[in-house]
Amino acid sequence: MKTLYDKLWEAHVVHAESDKPDSTVLLYIDRHLVHEVTSPQAFEGLKLAGRKPWRTRSILAVADHNVPTTNRKNGISDPTSQLQIETLDQNCDELGITEFKMNDLRQGIVHVIGPEQGATLPGMTVVCGDSHTSTHGAFACLAFGIGTSEVEHVLATQCLVAKKSKSMQVLVEGVLGKGVTAKDIALNIIGKIGTAGGTGYAIEFAGNAIRSLSMEGRMTLCNMAIEAGARAGMIAVDDTTIDYIKGRPFAPKGQMWESAVNYWRTLKSDEGAVFDCVVTVNAAEISPQVTWGTSPEMVTSIEGSVPDPESIFDLSKRNDVESALKYMGIKPNTPIQAIYLDKIFIGSCTNSRIEDLREAASILKGKRIADNIKLAIVVPGSGLVKSQAEQEGLDQIFRAAGFEWREPGCSMCLAMNDDKLLPGERCASTSNRNFEGRQGPGGRTHLVSPAMAAAAAVAGHFVDVRLIH
Amino acid sequence: MKKFTDCDGLAVPLDRSNVDTDAIIPKQFLKSIKRSGFGQNLFDEWRFLDTGEPGKENLHRKLNPDFVLNFPRYQGARILVTRDNFGCGSSREHAPWALQDYGFEVIIAPSFADIFFNNCFKIGLLPIVLDSKVVEKLIAQIQATEGYRLAINLEAQTVTTPTKECYHFDVDSFRKHCLINGLDEIGLTLQHTDKIKLFEQKRQSEQPWLFI
Ligand code: SF4
Repeated sequence: MKTLYDKLWEAHVVHAESDKPDSTVLLYIDRHLVHEVTSPQAFEGLKLAGRKPWRTRSILAVADHNVPTTNRKNGISDPTSQLQIETLDQNCDELGITEFKMNDLRQGIVHVIGPEQGATLPGMTVVCGDSHTSTHGAFACLAFGIGTSEVEHVLATQCLVAKKSKSMQVLVEGVLGKGVTAKDIALNIIGKIGTAGGTGYAIEFAGNAIRSLSMEGRMTLCNMAIEAGARAGMIAVDDTTIDYIKGRPFAPKGQMWESAVNYWRTLKSDEGAVFDCVVTVNAAEISPQVTWGTSPEMVTSIEGSVPDPESIFDLSKRNDVESALKYMGIKPNTPIQAIYLDKIFIGSCTNSRIEDLREAASILKGKRIADNIKLAIVVPGSGLVKSQAEQEGLDQIFRAAGFEWREPGCSMCLAMNDDKLLPGERCASTSNRNFEGRQGPGGRTHLVSPAMAAAAAVAGHFVDVRLIH
Repeated sequence: MKKFTDCDGLAVPLDRSNVDTDAIIPKQFLKSIKRSGFGQNLFDEWRFLDTGEPGKENLHRKLNPDFVLNFPRYQGARILVTRDNFGCGSSREHAPWALQDYGFEVIIAPSFADIFFNNCFKIGLLPIVLDSKVVEKLIAQIQATEGYRLAINLEAQTVTTPTKECYHFDVDSFRKHCLINGLDEIGLTLQHTDKIKLFEQKRQSEQPWLFI
């Protein structure tokens, strides 16, 4: 009786130091995604050692973190960003690596384009120098983020030195309420187990609420597994998975498609497989979630209020809450719905896929953003998502509501380009991290779903999207 | 990789949990395509009162006198003692690079984020997990005693305090071996080239769609 994680792990072990279950192993890597921020030093290291990439065709590269989301025709104004992107272009050209360059329609956030292209397939090991690589686990992949030394290691050897994690099953049963999304499930789980709750674990999400999610929703959930501290998040293969992959450019076709599907159908935990830890969640009890602090675990529901440090017994916890509230500029006990916003950001590898944009647009249709909102932007996850949205007329809805319609990239998720918060500004963001300074020095981030961000844009403060739906 | 020899150094307490990689090295500094020079912007938003930009000279910037790393008594510290879940957030190896470049050789905490923990070993920075009660005690002792030093012996896997209290820590034997000998992991893996090739051929025949 094996878990999905056991199956994925065992299928990739090239060499094990010992027979023990916690042995150090060489793990074979099927897909290596590369972006401009964490790769230059790896390519340089490779060159200095006189090495070449082991299997160039396993690599797919794209620039996403630094790219501007406006006026691309004018190039990149920041010379350091430009140099980083040029370095990626050069490295890929020199080594014959497939790269979607900045003005390619297929360019976008690395974790959006992998699945979109069918470059992420069930049963693969997928790595990238980026922690949110866990996203790809939605396809029953073993997918995780690595550091730059490991990027170089995978380039040179197609393998990683790794040790198996413990396994955790997060069982989400029941029916999600209307207006409640995968993002709310993710934040709810992190609120429950904490940002370190998954440390040392690979999480499998299961249960009927998970099976009812679209691939977009599953990607949102696995994307946030890293915010729960887990190395990887994953979901078993079912028809939803297979339907999504069919016909995508990198996916197998014809006879090969049939054999692939046969194998993919085995990628689930066996009945009775044992996990090191099981967490259960009742989907029906989840309300739309909003973070109030500087860590994703500092989260509550839209009906809730910000905590009062005075009522927290544990001294170090109390300190954390106090300093978070100070940074966020919120008084203890403030109701979430009384928090007013300056900016709205819909985007990031968590929530920038077509379904996310549809959800937000459905709330915004025929409405305008509130006067106190200084800027509201939509940054589609890829050029293809953008053009799909335009075909559906979503861009018109966003524009008419007062949103700016941008070019794809990471944008204000981490503010490495020009899109950032000014000190003290407060933002409802569909991204994944509310760390201090994440969206710009002194900026204040509240994480929410796309629907909640759209509703907040209209009201000017947080509101319960279920009352609008 | 840098060889890790024993470390006997000044310790500094960073009394916070969930210190994330954005705090360790803010993203504006990730635009560098080099591996070195990140130390001057370690904890930039906490260490300085103004906003740091790449290329800005630290000499002319205003230090935050309330941030522990800026206290005169902790100058030259080589060991950082901190709380739970240190290094959470992004996979950026720039975070361990910055800590090492600043002068740290050892980080002690009750727990670390997975990717950060992994990354440290790749560059010869030693992350040590000690029980949270022990860390609590160490932080209190460091704060109370000026010039407090810790001695780390990787071979024996021990942390020793000035009063000769000795704490054992666990470390994976393969990682320990690589650290002590400063081994190049890629070189080690390439000793298995034949095995990798064999594995790859088998995989290609069984799952050809992975190789299109
Ligand atoms: S969108 Fe944000 S979290 Fe996702 S890869 Fe880009 S910077 Fe990282």
